[in-house]
Amino acid sequence: MPLLDIDNLQVGFATDSGLVRAVDGVSFQLEAGQTVGVVGESGCGKSVTAASILRLVPSPPGKFLGGAIRFNGIDILQMRREDLSNLRGREIAMVFQDPMTSLNPVFTIERQMGEVLALRFGLDRRAARTRSAAMLQTVGIPDPDSRLDVYPHELSGGMKQRVMIAMALLCEPKLLIADEPTTALDVTVQAQILHLMRDLQQRTGAAVLFITHDMGVIAEMCDVVVVMYAGRVVERRPVIELFEHSRHPYTKGLLDSIPRKGVAHKAELPTIEGTVPSLLTPPMGCRFADRCRRFNALGADEQRRCRQDDPTLRPDRSGWVACHFPLDGGAW
Amino acid sequence: MSEPAVAPLLVVDDLKKHYPVHGGLWGRTIGTIRAVDGVSFSVMKGETLGLVGESGCGKSTLGRTLMRLEEPTAGRVSFEGRDLAHASSQELFGLRRDLQMVFQDPYSSLNPRMTVGEIVREPLVVHRIGSKAEQLERVRSLFETVGLTSEMLGRYPSEFSGGQRQRIGVARALALNPKLVIADEPVSALDVSVQSQVLNLMVQLQRELGLTYVFISHDLSVVEHVSDTVAIMYLGRIVEKGPVQQIFGRPAHPYTRALIQAIPSGNPRERRETVPLEGETPSPMSPPAGCAFSSRCPFAIEACRQTPPPLEHVGTPNPTPGREHLAACIRREAIGA
Repeated sequence: MPLLDIDNLQVGFATDSGLVRAVDGVSFQLEAGQTVGVVGESGCGKSVTAASILRLVPSPPGKFLGGAIRFNGIDILQMRREDLSNLRGREIAMVFQDPMTSLNPVFTIERQMGEVLALRFGLDRRAARTRSAAMLQTVGIPDPDSRLDVYPHELSGGMKQRVMIAMALLCEPKLLIADEPTTALDVTVQAQILHLMRDLQQRTGAAVLFITHDMGVIAEMCDVVVVMYAGRVVERRPVIELFEHSRHPYTKGLLDSIPRKGVAHKAELPTIEGTVPSLLTPPMGCRFADRCRRFNALGADEQRRCRQDDPTLRPDRSGWVACHFPLDGGAW
Repeated sequence: MSEPAVAPLLVVDDLKKHYPVHGGLWGRTIGTIRAVDGVSFSVMKGETLGLVGESGCGKSTLGRTLMRLEEPTAGRVSFEGRDLAHASSQELFGLRRDLQMVFQDPYSSLNPRMTVGEIVREPLVVHRIGSKAEQLERVRSLFETVGLTSEMLGRYPSEFSGGQRQRIGVARALALNPKLVIADEPVSALDVSVQSQVLNLMVQLQRELGLTYVFISHDLSVVEHVSDTVAIMYLGRIVEKGPVQQIFGRPAHPYTRALIQAIPSGNPRERRETVPLEGETPSPMSPPAGCAFSSRCPFAIEACRQTPPPLEHVGTPNPTPGREHLAACIRREAIGA
């Protein structure tokens, strides 16, 4: 049994113009100790998927429309409120892009960490302080004892993100969800935080669900990659397979469009033309067809199939792909 | 590549922008932030200078000071021989025709109450260029130039995606046929697939219109792709500058090296095992004495903490103007640059 099993998840948002199906049948699993990356561009549904796991999607306007999220076999979407609060922070913790969304600006770091420890483990103030300082040390914060007495705004962006990670790890969660944890940071600090997360994961054995738009971060961190597009999973594969033999034209396009070594200076970069379809009225067939380079090379009958049949996620040799005419061997 | 170098379009000499810091009960001046602290460089006609650094290094302030959106504290900015730093507001109005800016955030930089056609036409109206019919014709052709269609002219910014808005921002910047475009993180807010569309557009426009760019970015891969020369900034100063191939191929300054090493390889078989640089940028209010990078530099010695190192030639000096490779590190030879 996987640690986390997301099964045909569907989440919608009520808007003035109608129901937006932000997550429309997403399925993937995460094994204990594994790092799974969910990658996709803005509006693909990756953050809503992550927030759904802790039932943090605001309702209204958000609404679960179907599916299940099983953690150790138990459906989180059916859980009672008390059980849910037991799960949050203890079994599953989350780190966000902006640390200030989870740090309370009017409390010192000690008070915020101490609250968690008092609540979860019944530690008194002295024991909590010792434990908190040790955790700050673990995440590489110099002089942890004096840092406990400061307020969040007195810390730099990188330090705040380290505090967030320390707080997330206080309860020794089995699953850590990290939603774009390094996107707001400078490159050299990003490198530090990624290194820290990998190191901590190896030491604690926690599974990590990594949400990002950055394929570079995925390559650095993940065992398995889930690629999302327009509310759907379009491809799922072990990381090396995905980078070397991607089969979905969207994945291939994403990987190609990153400027990198080997692309001639000022030469034209490969792009994915067009824009993401509206999720108010998604197209009938494949949602990527309008932008698909592969589609343009197909015959009329094949194109009709792309336009009319919604491709389902099907298994192949090394993973899963949702495409009627997937690429072979990672080439166009 | 593009040699022999042509004449410089923009020459910046010892430019400074300092901000007083107020505090205490009476709002006294309690310190100075040296956001830009003695920066010199030149940009050749038709080329791109990439300005790189992490948050707080002063690159955006530098861009805004070049545009005179901020008043320089000291220094000279010469644009085609005309002094930009000391131009009167009237002279500046004329100069602004040749000097345009593209901003990072395509959401806040376009007026939501104007149609995108009006937004692109506005500079022509302000500068009273052509009749209304000529202006509208120009706007239509600009839309085509940046890859939009003229049916979109009557729509509002909210109806466009991020990438399309950035195209509108580029069209507006091009309306007056500028010679120099300062682009401050023009693709940072965009998704990768759209990012490459806008980069391609900027490179193509440069080729077709002979534009000169100052391209400000924190993203080294993007800067490497579009720039002819690169300047790396740290705490208000340029620590290294030179032709793009040399900056990326043989970086001399330890900070440049760390920045390049910090770029994820994008290859899951080549994961980074070490952290390229510890610590974070110190506060610009109290930078370290001597070399500002010395507090994080693994190679720093006592002498580094004494005096700020000057920019000096790396290896044999290149005699071609605008092709020099300079670094501000007294240890550059000892560490094998």
